Amino acid sequence: MNITIFIIASLIKTVLSLFLLLTAVAYSVWLERKIIGHMQNRWGPTRVGPFGLLQPLADGVKFIFKEDLTPPHVYKSLYIAAPMISLVCALTSIALVPVGNNVPIGGMSIPLQITDVNIGLLVVLGITSLGVYGVALSGWSSNSKYSLLGGLRASAQMVSYEIALGLSLVGVLIMSGSLSLREIVDAQSGVFWGFIPRWNIFHGQIFAFFIYLVAAYAETNRVPFDLPEAETELVAGYHTEYSSMKFAMFFMAEYANMITVACIATLLFLGGWHGPVFGPPILQAILPVLWFVAKVFVFIFVYIWVRGTLPRFRYDQLMRFGWRVLLPLAIANIVVTALVVAWGA
Amino acid sequence: MLHLILFLAFGAVCVAGAVNLLVQRHPINSALSLVVVMGALAGEYLLLGAEFLGAIQVIVYAGAIMVLFVFVIMLLNAGEEERTKGSRVALLFGVPGMLAGSLLIAWVLLHSDMGSVEVGALLGSPKAIARLLFHDFLLPFEVTSVLVLIAIMGAVVLAARSEVAQPKQEKEN
Repeated sequence: MNITIFIIASLIKTVLSLFLLLTAVAYSVWLERKIIGHMQNRWGPTRVGPFGLLQPLADGVKFIFKEDLTPPHVYKSLYIAAPMISLVCALTSIALVPVGNNVPIGGMSIPLQITDVNIGLLVVLGITSLGVYGVALSGWSSNSKYSLLGGLRASAQMVSYEIALGLSLVGVLIMSGSLSLREIVDAQSGVFWGFIPRWNIFHGQIFAFFIYLVAAYAETNRVPFDLPEAETELVAGYHTEYSSMKFAMFFMAEYANMITVACIATLLFLGGWHGPVFGPPILQAILPVLWFVAKVFVFIFVYIWVRGTLPRFRYDQLMRFGWRVLLPLAIANIVVTALVVAWGA
Repeated sequence: MLHLILFLAFGAVCVAGAVNLLVQRHPINSALSLVVVMGALAGEYLLLGAEFLGAIQVIVYAGAIMVLFVFVIMLLNAGEEERTKGSRVALLFGVPGMLAGSLLIAWVLLHSDMGSVEVGALLGSPKAIARLLFHDFLLPFEVTSVLVLIAIMGAVVLAARSEVAQPKQEKEN
């Protein structure tokens, strides 16, 4: 297709995916409050709108109208830049995530992905690595002991678990033979033994899936690894000194990271958009997207479920777990996968 | 044409970041300028066709090594650099010397007969780099890993020794 249609399609896809991601972030906050509430035997938000569905809107209005206070003792340039770095890195990865097959619109086949880079997975990992700066710089620039400790702990934790995260994905890469996200999903099409879909989680990467799950919880600073932002430990960790919209940016960045991690897990382990597809072409275009969204929803539900269930790790337990348990397990997974693939070839 | 524009843009960002690194007073600003330089270099790698190397530059260099630099600066709590009064000798000999040196290097580079690389000419896919690293250059790769391991062990030993030395001093006091 020619360049103008490509540009127009890319613009539409960018705007649409950004809008959908931000809506998903807002409603995953609502989902978390409802699910945690019900797990703790109470209702979540119920007042604002039916089932509290307009609560994110009310939260947004609150954040906008709150006083945006900049304490005098902060290092201003980095104080203002750090939440932006966090949010930009959290929102950018969605550009590489494919959500469905190519959709035929008006005679052209448009891929449901903004860019299909052939090193897509590495780009996502790189953007996640850059997100550490937002946390570290916010902790330091706030010029407060709680923030500094929280920022250092959070960024050390993120850097440590990035290694286990990346290595747990290498098993999938050995089996798929490509770093492009679309090709990894295409390698999981079909069924074996007649009815079990060839998703990587059923195809031998179950340990890698659980290593990825645990490393993802640590990477996104969620319970049980949320010591850097625990209220009882560090007031609020690296976002103690932030108010209103800057705090909202950190908040959104955390949930957007959750959704990105869930999307990557869906693409690499749960078969992406593969699922039963039937019906007329319009349904055949929409159903894969619905399957993708359902799998991402399951992953986020497990995130929230774990938050409502487990107590948090102490920091030294956390670091020991990351380096002395998760990293050797991930390396063992790579070795076993490589041996099996080489033996089968 | 577009490639020339992109090359010049990434190059300008790289040079600006490097100059900013030298000019900034606070070390954290210098460290962040270095991150910008790494990012611009990754862009240049992409233009050459070495996409894997560009991604690894961002993941490893900008995303892990520079984070450790930033940690050190944050923990050392190094303040802003003091400005001295300046040196007339530095101004008198330094600036013309620097200009002469850069003109010499530019002349040599422009008049030497190096080949030219087309944009995207290098085979930079992960498969090609893996073949080079694990097949053609396996021994240097393994030796480099052992070298890095020795450096890590040395760092651990040095850090552990200074922890052991302190209680002895406290006992003496």
